[in-house]
Amino acid sequence: MSALPDEEPSGGVSVHPGQGSAGDTETVAQLEGVSRVYSMGAEEVHALDDLSFSFGSGEYWAVMGSSGSGKSTLLNILGCIDRPTRGEYRVRGQAVSELDDDELSELRSKELGFIFQSYNLIPQLNVLENILMPVLYQENPEEGIEERGRVLAERVGLGDRLTHRPAELSGGQQQRVAIARSLINDPALILADEATGNLDSKTAGEILELFDELHAEGKTILIVTHEPRVGERADRILRLKDGALEGIEDNRR
Amino acid sequence: MRAVRLGVSSLLLHKLRSFLTTLGVLFGVSSVIAMLAIAEGASVEAQEQIRQLGSSNVILRSVKPPEDKVSNQESRVLSYGLTHEDYARVAETYPGVKDVVGVLEVPEEVRSGSLSCRPRVLSVDPSYRDVTGRIMMEGRFLTARDGEATASVCVLGYEVARYLFPFQPAIGERIKIGAEYFQVVGVMYPRVPIGSIKRDPGTEVGGEVFLPLKTGQRLFGERQVKIRSGGMDAQEVQLHEIIIAVELDQDVPMIANASRLMLTGSHREKDYEVIVPLELLIRAQETKRIFSIVLASIAGISLLVGGIGIMNVMLATVTERTREIGIRRALGAKRHHIVTQFLVETVVLSGCGGVAGVVLGLIIPEIVEAAGDMRTIVTLEAPIFAFGISVATGVIFGLYPAWRAATMDPVEALRHE
Repeated sequence: MSALPDEEPSGGVSVHPGQGSAGDTETVAQLEGVSRVYSMGAEEVHALDDLSFSFGSGEYWAVMGSSGSGKSTLLNILGCIDRPTRGEYRVRGQAVSELDDDELSELRSKELGFIFQSYNLIPQLNVLENILMPVLYQENPEEGIEERGRVLAERVGLGDRLTHRPAELSGGQQQRVAIARSLINDPALILADEATGNLDSKTAGEILELFDELHAEGKTILIVTHEPRVGERADRILRLKDGALEGIEDNRR
Repeated sequence: MRAVRLGVSSLLLHKLRSFLTTLGVLFGVSSVIAMLAIAEGASVEAQEQIRQLGSSNVILRSVKPPEDKVSNQESRVLSYGLTHEDYARVAETYPGVKDVVGVLEVPEEVRSGSLSCRPRVLSVDPSYRDVTGRIMMEGRFLTARDGEATASVCVLGYEVARYLFPFQPAIGERIKIGAEYFQVVGVMYPRVPIGSIKRDPGTEVGGEVFLPLKTGQRLFGERQVKIRSGGMDAQEVQLHEIIIAVELDQDVPMIANASRLMLTGSHREKDYEVIVPLELLIRAQETKRIFSIVLASIAGISLLVGGIGIMNVMLATVTERTREIGIRRALGAKRHHIVTQFLVETVVLSGCGGVAGVVLGLIIPEIVEAAGDMRTIVTLEAPIFAFGISVATGVIFGLYPAWRAATMDPVEALRHE
């Protein structure tokens, strides 16, 4: 199982006007010597090998690599649904290894927003209910959260479809719902896993525009992709190969 | 409340499956209620019948001896049963006896105009009504004077009166019993309250007609001749029943034993039986207890089956919705949220089945009563108990699937297709 070498990074060509908030900001996520080892029988598979990096608030990162390079494992760890075998991962300074299952769930619902390749909406809930889903699991949801859900639906262009079920929406619309859902808690970090992988190029372009806008608003975004076209829009590109860090490119101008 | 709504909406995604799952609980619950109602009805009816015999009474009854013993007898007239001697002995010798009532059955047809029927025609002592606790509807019962005068008067049971005189009061009318005329002086309530048993008011009229004992003896005698296919068959019975009313309940067993001893001494054959309602009552209560245990076991099994059905469906649901569980976990659901979500669904399922089961369980006894001529009694406890058990079944059998859902690895769950 040999990973193919990644495509040549396309120099410093910026596809969009660089407007990301640069400079020293609060560190949102920090990895120190993170490894993830799966044991398959007697054999050990190193999905991630001694990874260290950190990124700050308002940054827009892309994680790139071929399949099997450890992208998904990294995303799971960043998303706190998986734990590192070795090393430490901190979200806003909080070490994940010190949290139990419930606290980890709390962290996910408050600090993280997920966007998946296959949208992952709950079929029996309507658009507004799907957007409000993460709030459902918070101990004390803030006042007027439903209004915020409506505003976010408006924001992603679905203000008139609040009571539609996911099955009644196109792929692009479903992904917009998922994006609104990832924003409902105003998370510290938005994680997108091949968010445009299931969409045609036009719709994908619209979704990427939306990411650019969110970035412009100061949101911290990390996308995982194998498409250079998508990765190039980020400020920084982190390349993975066989679970190890191949390099970090600064894509800003 | 919101959790319940969400649970319902998930269940509605698979309407047929949810419905079929509910059926298991539905039938469990309704059968429990129906069975309890039938058992209770049967038990109450049995106890009522025994009470009508009088719980402080001892009843001596003539019994025809077995045929094979009879066949080698020379006489064409078969003589058996209780005698006037027995009656006198009981009346004179026992302490603590309040009353002794002799009963002679007259096997005659009862007629009024063109209508005729065959109720039990009983010649009785006047204290019969008192001893059996029967209540008059209209008119009076037989009196001692009727007996002394061997008057041709009678008292009709309600069923007979209604059958013979459907459009007019029976009191004062004359009816024909066999070849003799009698004047109706009273109408008596039937044994079982009206309405609880619906009988077809055709020729098979139940009920009773009462005559003074002496009148019966004088007019019809003790010898009864029946014409059978092989010829004539005559039998002679002096008294069909002797009812001993005991002053105190505690003396009942003593008097019953004394009667048994006395009859064993004076009768060569066992052509009698001694019925002690109090003993029957105790036995009936014991039977009811055993019956209840059996029913409870059947109820337990049927609900167990329903519960397994629920568990089976919920396990399938959990597998099917693995991805949904993964999404919910990734978006911040804690384990207990997932457990709650699935438990709510099973409880909604079993609760719906329980409610429907209670409704059906209340309808079935009505149908049984109307169609099966059986008495049923739905106690307040039965539906509450059955519904509670159904909800408990939902919780118990929902716990494992819910726990399985909650302990799933979110990463694995999200990858599930």
